Amino acid sequence: MDMASKNSSKSKLIGVVGVGSFGTAIANMLAEKNEVMVYARKQEVVDEINSSHTASGRVLNPSIRATFSPEELCDACDVLFFMIPSAAFVEVTQTFAPFLHPYHLVIHGTKGLALNLQKGETLETVTKLHRSQLMTMSEVILQETVAVRVGCLAGPNISKELSLGQPAATVIASKYNEVILEGQRLLRSERFQVYGNSDIIGVELSGVLKNIIAIAAGALAGLGLGENAKGLLISRGMVEMAHLSKALGGSVQSVMGLAGVGDLVTTCNSVDSRNFTVGYRLAKGESLDEIMQTMEEVAEGVNTIRIIDAFIKTVGIRAPITENLHRVLFEDLSIEEALQFLMKYPFSVDVDFV
Amino acid sequence: MEEKYIKHRYAPILPKKDEWPVVKLARERKEFIKKVAELAEVRILNQTGKNPEILKEELETTLYREKLRIKQNPWDVDPDDEGQFWGEVKNSLLQINADSSLTKTKRLEAYQEVLKRITSRYAEEIASNFKATHYKFTRSVVTYGFSRLLNAARVKGFKSIFSNQYTLQDKIQITGQTDQIRDLATKGTIVMVPTHFSNLDSILIGWIISVLGMPPFIYGAGLNLFNISIFAYFMNALGAYKVDRRKKNLMYLETLKTYSKEAIQFGCHSLFFPGGTRSRSGMIESKLKLGLLSTAIEAQRANYQQGITDISGKIFIVPVTINYHFVLEAPGLIQDHLSMTGQERYYRENDEFSTSYKISKFLVKFFTKGSDISVSIGRAMDVMGNYVDEDGNSHDKWDRLIDTRDYFVSEGKVTVDQQREEEYTHMLGKRIVEEFHKINRVFSSHLVAFVAFELIKSKNNKLDIFDLIRLPLEDIFLSYEEFKSSCQRVLNRIFELKSEGKIDVAPHLTRSMDEIITHGLDNVGMYHAKRPLIRDKKGNIVTEDMSLLYFYHNRLHGYGLEKLF
Repeated sequence: MDMASKNSSKSKLIGVVGVGSFGTAIANMLAEKNEVMVYARKQEVVDEINSSHTASGRVLNPSIRATFSPEELCDACDVLFFMIPSAAFVEVTQTFAPFLHPYHLVIHGTKGLALNLQKGETLETVTKLHRSQLMTMSEVILQETVAVRVGCLAGPNISKELSLGQPAATVIASKYNEVILEGQRLLRSERFQVYGNSDIIGVELSGVLKNIIAIAAGALAGLGLGENAKGLLISRGMVEMAHLSKALGGSVQSVMGLAGVGDLVTTCNSVDSRNFTVGYRLAKGESLDEIMQTMEEVAEGVNTIRIIDAFIKTVGIRAPITENLHRVLFEDLSIEEALQFLMKYPFSVDVDFV
Repeated sequence: MEEKYIKHRYAPILPKKDEWPVVKLARERKEFIKKVAELAEVRILNQTGKNPEILKEELETTLYREKLRIKQNPWDVDPDDEGQFWGEVKNSLLQINADSSLTKTKRLEAYQEVLKRITSRYAEEIASNFKATHYKFTRSVVTYGFSRLLNAARVKGFKSIFSNQYTLQDKIQITGQTDQIRDLATKGTIVMVPTHFSNLDSILIGWIISVLGMPPFIYGAGLNLFNISIFAYFMNALGAYKVDRRKKNLMYLETLKTYSKEAIQFGCHSLFFPGGTRSRSGMIESKLKLGLLSTAIEAQRANYQQGITDISGKIFIVPVTINYHFVLEAPGLIQDHLSMTGQERYYRENDEFSTSYKISKFLVKFFTKGSDISVSIGRAMDVMGNYVDEDGNSHDKWDRLIDTRDYFVSEGKVTVDQQREEEYTHMLGKRIVEEFHKINRVFSSHLVAFVAFELIKSKNNKLDIFDLIRLPLEDIFLSYEEFKSSCQRVLNRIFELKSEGKIDVAPHLTRSMDEIITHGLDNVGMYHAKRPLIRDKKGNIVTEDMSLLYFYHNRLHGYGLEKLF
């Protein structure tokens, strides 16, 4: 790229960091209306995109250019979409930090939590996990970089369906109207509706917490249970999400929205999702270790359950679905016993959070 | 080990008072007021979307509230022609409303004319009456008078009143980033944000600023203070402009904000009490009211908009904490706090500083007995809370140079986005609170009050704060040994926090624990009729006033020290 176009503000590109399935889908949607540059860590992936317009076999819009230099991406773009798995999120953010400026708008699409612990501490060694020790992805960006105009993208967005151009919608959440408006301008199309929400923490948490319920949904399917059980799970799951979100600083309203209930229903029915698969295979009698060995990418929900379980034990609130899944995953409780426990749990009030 | 305090008077950074921004502003007072009134008018017009109906509604609301205020809550300082002015506004509005021949544009123009009269009046009302001669006089009165009192009390003998052995700076210690603030004040514009516990703060800060050799800062002082003539004189002399908390209407607030913003852009160093009002609870506010803080951010953005990108257009936020053993108004403040948190009921400002007599009595006590005050000057930050270096450049957490202008840039240009700036104001407020906690200086009196209250609370752990305060005083006593060991535990933690840079301590806290406790008990709320904490004849620690104890205890709120009990 020549220097002239680099420095002129009019020709700024839109940046996408990460070319996994979701990153690719978003990059393609952005490329319909804008010039897009994507970042990939590996040279061979960059070469593959630039020469054959595919990323690990996924087709990319031919106008999309790729780079493995965070500096080049940050210079070329004012708006960046971070589409990376939560396990790599902190590291990638730190890689970008030296090149980000306060004028950058950063929107992420990652549904996970990160830990904010002292050097040498791990989830195993800390006895308590307070709110300040766990971070949503937007909190990671705010802590690690100078970018302040931060937003997130959440909702029922299965990459495969997006790639096929089927109708869908998403939520852009940010404290800044500017970020919401920019996200809408860039992504909205005839097939894609974009809602705005100012409660970024609530929206992020909705996306994070629904992964827990998705594992439970997989487990129910694995046990061969039917639609009644699923309805029960989705409804109780939503109550649990509302309480947890509130305890972590989100608002209950956001759980009711597209990123909460909307995504929850989709994920609980999507048999291909990693979280669903973990639950399904657990119910078929496999252990977590066995499942992990044969999965390419980590299911976000597993990590989320560990973190949330430590958090609820610290602050002394109850979240029966999360607690029991934790016992199944890490404490050798059988899935049948967990189900028994949940059926006997005194859920006497239907809705107690609104 | 007693640390060295700054005792010399600094050379003035601007020796000629003609160069003082506040003097320049006073010289151009008339034009400045006109400009403020016009800009405020534009702001309000924009907010009403230039719709005559909305503007009319705002005008009528303002009129209604002002009439109500004049009737229900009149003050001595209120000008005599208030009733007449608002009567004229009423007549004008009635006339415009009745005139059906006016087109929409004409109607808007007519309302705008009324609006102009209101903002002009408000701008005139708010504007400061700074006179350099008064300033000089006040400063020497404060310094001279106070040191006379001080020496009379401390140096024995007939000639003591003329002794110069002690100066005010023995009583009031200044610590922290004094050189930085002096330096930056010559290069850019300072906005000082101190904690606010007492009405004495504004005079104290005024004096500090002059000791540091800086030209006077302008600041918004509650109009209620101008009710008292002695205060009014001091305030005017120190460059205060007037903030009338009774007026909460859009037009007043917009004029006030415009005044503050324009003064900062003019280059006047300013002083905001970001809590808005004195801390009722005695805590360092965890959530600031922000108020005028947004005008610092606005002024910075406006400077960038005008292309002033060098240090001369940069605004520096300097947090300051004022630490007392004793707050004169404590009994009233804590009662306010308790009644506000206890039940939602109508709340009126009540002032212990209500008479000049009470103030003089306090001053005599203050200077003749030994109660020290320390003022800590924090590190300067840009309006986004990033620390700045000696050239005024901002650095991020990893010490990378960043450009503050970038925070206001969208698509390569500086843009105005009110909602964005509101968020920025919240962020800045949070950063200031963080800095307050870091530079807050623990005194022996804070320690003993904190420990005593927490011990009493833990012994009655079923009671809430309101029940605790109603406990019969004769039932409350702490054995000295238990008290001492708890003090040690808390002090150890405080030193841990200090080593992490999260708090600061006064040098007297390095003495032995018995000495610290004695010092603390002697000083905590020392001039109150009922002492918050004393040692009785049996050697036990007892209180004469639980709510005062609670007030002084609150100073150490927000550090997680409660967990030690």
